[in-house]
Amino acid sequence: MRKVLFSACALAALTLGAAAANAETVAITNAKILTAGPAGEIASGTVVIKDGKIAAVGASAAVPAGARVIDARGGVVAPGFFATGSMLGEVEVGSLGNDLSVNNPEIGASFDIQYGLNPGSVLFPVARLGGLTSAVVLPIPAGRRGGDADEEDDDDASQYTAGPSGEGSKSHTLFSGQGAVIDLGTGDTILTKARVAMVAPFGSGGAALAGGARGAEFVALKEAFADVRDYMKNKAAYDKAAYRDLGLSKGDLEALIPVVEGKMPVVAVVKRASDIRQVLAFARDEHIKVILDGAQEGWVVAPEIAKAGVPVLMNPFDDRPESYEELAATLDNAGRLSAAGVTVAFESTGGSARVRETRYEAGSAVSHGMAYGAALAAITINPAKIFGVADRTGSLEPGKDADLVVWTGDPFEPLSQPTAVFIHGQAQPMTSRQTELRDRYKDLALPLPPGYVHP
Amino acid sequence: MRLWTWAATLIVAAAVSGCATTTTPAKVAEAKADAPAAPAKPKPLPPGLDPMARADAFPSTYRPMPSRPTAVVGASVFTGTGQLIENGVVLVKDGKIEAVGAGLAVPAGYETVDAHGKWVTPGIIDAHSHLGVYASPAVQANSDGNELTNPVTAEVWAEHSVWPQDPGFNTARIGGVTTLLILPGSGNLIGGRGVILRNIPARTVQDMKFPDAPYVLKMACGENPKRVYGSKGRAPSTRMGNVAGYRAAWINAADYQRRWDEYRAKVAKGEKADPPKRDLGLDTLSAVLRGEILVENHCYRADEMAQMIDISKEFGYHVAAFHHAVEAYKIADLLADNHICVATWANWWGGKMEMLDGIEANAALVNAAKGGCAVIKSDDPDLIQRLNQEAAEALAAGRAAGLQITEADAIRWITSNPAKAIGIDKQTGSLEPGKRADLVIWDHDPFSIYARTDRVYLDGAISYDRHDPRYQPRSDFDLGQPGEGVR
Repeated sequence: MRKVLFSACALAALTLGAAAANAETVAITNAKILTAGPAGEIASGTVVIKDGKIAAVGASAAVPAGARVIDARGGVVAPGFFATGSMLGEVEVGSLGNDLSVNNPEIGASFDIQYGLNPGSVLFPVARLGGLTSAVVLPIPAGRRGGDADEEDDDDASQYTAGPSGEGSKSHTLFSGQGAVIDLGTGDTILTKARVAMVAPFGSGGAALAGGARGAEFVALKEAFADVRDYMKNKAAYDKAAYRDLGLSKGDLEALIPVVEGKMPVVAVVKRASDIRQVLAFARDEHIKVILDGAQEGWVVAPEIAKAGVPVLMNPFDDRPESYEELAATLDNAGRLSAAGVTVAFESTGGSARVRETRYEAGSAVSHGMAYGAALAAITINPAKIFGVADRTGSLEPGKDADLVVWTGDPFEPLSQPTAVFIHGQAQPMTSRQTELRDRYKDLALPLPPGYVHP
Repeated sequence: MRLWTWAATLIVAAAVSGCATTTTPAKVAEAKADAPAAPAKPKPLPPGLDPMARADAFPSTYRPMPSRPTAVVGASVFTGTGQLIENGVVLVKDGKIEAVGAGLAVPAGYETVDAHGKWVTPGIIDAHSHLGVYASPAVQANSDGNELTNPVTAEVWAEHSVWPQDPGFNTARIGGVTTLLILPGSGNLIGGRGVILRNIPARTVQDMKFPDAPYVLKMACGENPKRVYGSKGRAPSTRMGNVAGYRAAWINAADYQRRWDEYRAKVAKGEKADPPKRDLGLDTLSAVLRGEILVENHCYRADEMAQMIDISKEFGYHVAAFHHAVEAYKIADLLADNHICVATWANWWGGKMEMLDGIEANAALVNAAKGGCAVIKSDDPDLIQRLNQEAAEALAAGRAAGLQITEADAIRWITSNPAKAIGIDKQTGSLEPGKRADLVIWDHDPFSIYARTDRVYLDGAISYDRHDPRYQPRSDFDLGQPGEGVR
């Protein structure tokens, strides 16, 4: 009986502890603050976290009574970074597959990645230690593999860009499904916003899915959108099976309604300059919103992209003619797009294991001509805006979720390290499975085998 | 030591096979053959049928580009030997490092390069690349890195797949890479010979071949070979199948060596003998057993590396380096004790089961073991452009683990240590008098994300200059294409 009582008390204490942690008031002082918001850079100041939100940011922000004070010692506070195009939450070990690609005749556009999310992934703590606190997770076009592997493993992946599959048209695969924004915290619910965008591959990838040629894809897409509009006007007849056959399933037609209404953007996976022009024209003709994804030759058509007000997701490291669709790839792409007025967000390198390299992409873009503030925006506020969550995260502004990281120095520098990570105001553990392995094997001269070491 | 043994073996072998030579053993052999009572001297084998006749059937035609006596003055100089020299002067003459030190006088007639406020490192060496064999664009026609038709293809040589016009050589040079080891892929247990190249724009691969560098043999553990052949319904389909495959190959190599030894012994005695049939694969493997070819072994897991070490002892060869080796930190002591380098990454992990336990501090923990040899390499045409950043990430992870590591120490991970791991450390990898003048001038500390190369020297010649279009080579492939290869 006493034992039971004790346990109940312990449980109550634990619950209280958790609630207290949620409501923790924290003041980070003596920090250079990169707000990524209208306040820009604050040379030295304080950030106050209260009730999971940012309560104050500024050179002279007051430290509330009872707040836990973190002295940043002249380090940097920045918004938590935003992983764009990662597979976080939908993959564990790359070669074991992922939950981001479907090949089901009934489910293309209607595929919704939110139901596959797994907050228990060991990839999350690793990503957090790279300063990441949010991610947009997008479906992967059918037949394409994501992930990190050595060179031998790359053989089949590279063929994706090498040409069409030669198989017949599979119109259900023209749309890869809908992505979601998540946070990378320790909580059970990581979904920030579902159905933020619809993915569709263009260029040789889209051509392969449409039967082997670019021209076929645009015809098929126009037909699909016409079908969706007809369906919207004739739902009653369709439901009574008194309407003409439509190429897509009912679920896919429904999923595309917000797209044709211009409410949900299409993430257009596209590399070549001429293909980008076609996508821009197509979006204009169909009155849909698009986001360019890849855009390795984007700089060639930067003024047109800027004029269309279309944002770009890209990897600033892409500089080789990896395929015939990106012969003009260059490390200057990010800087040139940004200078032309394009809203740019940086995509992760290789699947999800290496997503922590996002901050180095930003640094590299700076050394190749991008303004520091623009590079910071490309991994914070820009992706938040592009995917419709800028009211909640992406910058250090009062009222937003307290998603932020304290760094020993410039967060783009490899020699800088994070010292504290907050998501929704909750301090995150500064360990990962990797640091546990490291600490288990750091001393190989212990009397007992490493299996007895529990870091 | 190994190189010396190699040279000695070549000399003796050349002598007994009847090649022209003036060394003592040859005179002995000739004297015996010329003795009046002895039978007629056997006809020497045509070179193509004698594995020892020509050590290299595709000899290097590398020639350094024109250079002038040069003094790089005022930089912070990482020597690659663990030193950082502030306000350093690097003197270069006849393509070689002449002297390195603080405040050295510049001799008359030297071109002075003002490098105050800049950094100098040895040229970066990538100990694991597939440039040229998996060239860009990555179309099937350019996919020449894995001969996936047999689990043991010791007979293939990566250099026969290298396309010198791969635009990736130029982007790698912009990243400071002056020397690189091109390996076959890892789909086979034994993938074939790798080749060490000077990163110079060239018409032929022979024009790039590093003179007097050893050949290497690519071996691979783990998932790749068993997946490739298991999926074809043949051996190996398991790790135990992998190990049986390596052991069978070495047994064949030893048998081949014995047949040639017996043949040569008979010929040396003037007896009639039929030469064994030459076998290209067993040529390579037997040369490994003689210590002439270095073994570069793709192997991720600690337990598999330990088994590969036992196999090397069973058959009498040495593993120069384990590659990828993301679990090296679990056996850093064993690897150091066996004088095996570890060529790894900081950031790559998790792509497959054998990569699951990779940690950022791997190189730093290998480095911390007494006698440990850590190498940061690319295995990737993108990463090869920023090996300095990968080294910085590995250094930061080591410091986060509580290890005291200087930048001067960590720069060795991409310079002198890879030179050692691929057997060219007598020639390059550090800024020491007499070595090849391969060096890079950086605009920032190379451990900064903002560092870019201003200039890259190969054998004292300017091979790349960021501010001078005359020294910005383009591949033939890039000509007339969008962007013209301006990266």
